[in-house]
Amino acid sequence: MIKIENLQKSYPIGKDSLHVLKGLNLHIKEGEFVAIMGSSGSGKSTLLNIVGLLDSHDSGTYHLNGQLIENLDEKKAAVLRNKFLGFIFQSFNLITYKTAVENVALPLYYQGMGRAERQKIALKYLEKVGLKDRANHLPNELSGGEKQRVAVARALATQPKVVLADEPTGALDSTTSNSVMELLKDINREGMTVFVITHEEDIAEQTDRIVRLKDGVIISDEKVNKNVNA
Amino acid sequence: MFKFIFDKDTWQEIYSSIQKNKVRTGITIIGVMWGIFLLVVLLGAARGMENNFNKLFGNFATNSVFVWAQQTSKPFKGFQEGKGLTLKVSDLENIRNEIKGLEFVVPRHQTQAMATNNFKSGTFGIFGDYPELDKVQKKDLVYGRFINDNDIKEKKKVCVIEEEIYKQLFDEGEYPIGTYIKINDINYDIVGMYKQGQIGTGGPQGSIHIPFTTFQQVYNRGDSIGWMMITGKPEFDIVQIEADVKLLLRNLHNVHPKDERAFGSFNLGKEFAKFTGFLTGMQFLTWFVGIATLIAGVFAIGNILLITVKERTKEIGIRRALGAKPWEIKRQIILESVFLTSIAGALGIIFGGFVLMIIDATAGSGPEAILNNPTVDIPVIVTATITLVVLGTLIGMIPAQTAVSIRPIEALREE
Repeated sequence: MIKIENLQKSYPIGKDSLHVLKGLNLHIKEGEFVAIMGSSGSGKSTLLNIVGLLDSHDSGTYHLNGQLIENLDEKKAAVLRNKFLGFIFQSFNLITYKTAVENVALPLYYQGMGRAERQKIALKYLEKVGLKDRANHLPNELSGGEKQRVAVARALATQPKVVLADEPTGALDSTTSNSVMELLKDINREGMTVFVITHEEDIAEQTDRIVRLKDGVIISDEKVNKNVNA
Repeated sequence: MFKFIFDKDTWQEIYSSIQKNKVRTGITIIGVMWGIFLLVVLLGAARGMENNFNKLFGNFATNSVFVWAQQTSKPFKGFQEGKGLTLKVSDLENIRNEIKGLEFVVPRHQTQAMATNNFKSGTFGIFGDYPELDKVQKKDLVYGRFINDNDIKEKKKVCVIEEEIYKQLFDEGEYPIGTYIKINDINYDIVGMYKQGQIGTGGPQGSIHIPFTTFQQVYNRGDSIGWMMITGKPEFDIVQIEADVKLLLRNLHNVHPKDERAFGSFNLGKEFAKFTGFLTGMQFLTWFVGIATLIAGVFAIGNILLITVKERTKEIGIRRALGAKPWEIKRQIILESVFLTSIAGALGIIFGGFVLMIIDATAGSGPEAILNNPTVDIPVIVTATITLVVLGTLIGMIPAQTAVSIRPIEALREE
């Protein structure tokens, strides 16, 4: 599903450049539940941005769903994001003046779907995350956990190939963190590829595979032994 | 595109965006409104002045010049300077034949005399006139007719009086046509009465018109004429006609060709042009001020949208992460700009029209009116509206471009 070979990325800082990713190789198959771990500055956010088509890479190759990603203009990137990717952010990033159901329906709007159908699908996914009764609430009327679940529903609404979660539990307490992680596990069990970025060990351990990044290189890539953790 | 414009979501977005900046949006709308309001009111007022002006001069051929004879100021062909000159009837024919672009050449005689009707009397201006006078100074006849060709041919003792004279010589309610008034002991049959125009053309007391030929005979003027009124065709320059006529007259009367003072003249066309020039200038100024204010207002809208876009950077980033194409973001902001300018424009036009209605109701009619029928043409309004929409689109492109030039990743990073 995601195939990265010798991926390099550096940012110019004044005259110098900061080499953030120093030749990554990563292969994520369909249906995997992967956590990228690393301290801040390890390059994990940069990796997520590149995978999420929010940023471009300097060299190396990136295949998403078998498609080589290169020289994307904003329009093509937008279409691919809409079609293949669902985003979950640390700070939820819900649109404050839209209700829960409108937020979930937004990516469908950008697909050009009609209003009634959008509404129907959005409600279906809200039900899936257990928030159907909160559909017409504004984000500031929801708790942190509820907001993140709305964000999960929004990420799922377009039936993407990959769900990208950037510190999905970073702003949540441990109980709500667990419920969000349970939700992610559920959707993974249904066959969705889930790609989580975190710096919390206990979160990473709930996934199937942990990739550790340090200073722009992968230092370990191992399967999690479910039996031990269970 | 149409689907986009009529989509409920589109308008919901605009509504919520305006909702967030109510005060600022309101003030900005007032800016544009003020611009178009000024444009409408000023254009209306200028039109009112023009209408008023036309009312004053409407019955008067404006492309005209008056010419009369004076005394020579240069010796020529053995004559001393100071030779008295008189215009001759034969000059008329010469002028008509030699000068190009003429419409009418109307000779006139003028004197003052006592006129009496029974026991009432007064001193009035007496004019010897041709029927053509009615063409260059339209007489607004209340009763009867103006002097006609037959009067001229038969040197009839008929006269046309101004309403003012009727008021002085007749009792109220008396019908003047067919009665006689006595001027210098000669009875004249009154054949017409006209209403005085806004600009008095006779003496202060009013004027009585008798046939030119009658005047010649009664006052013993031989083949001389008092003065003449010459009108040019609209496409000819009246100043040139004036110069040509005077040069020709100097030739005919054996006057030094450079003797400027031998024949006097008053060029109404030239004076009139000064005033219409003033009106045109005022209209130009109106447009200039109005459009400049409009542009300032539209810039204010651009500015507020730019601020809004800055404030919505993160939201725009989210939308783009969710798959909004740059164009989808752009058109939303442009539509918002067009919407704001259109609303402001419509309000400005409505208020402007309202103020013009008030002006019209209070000072727009009656003889004392300064502004007559202050109105603005529909095409002007349409042009202004289209201009607004175009300006709104153009100015909206600036914040729209800003919105998409921030990369989604940077927008998302913003807290």
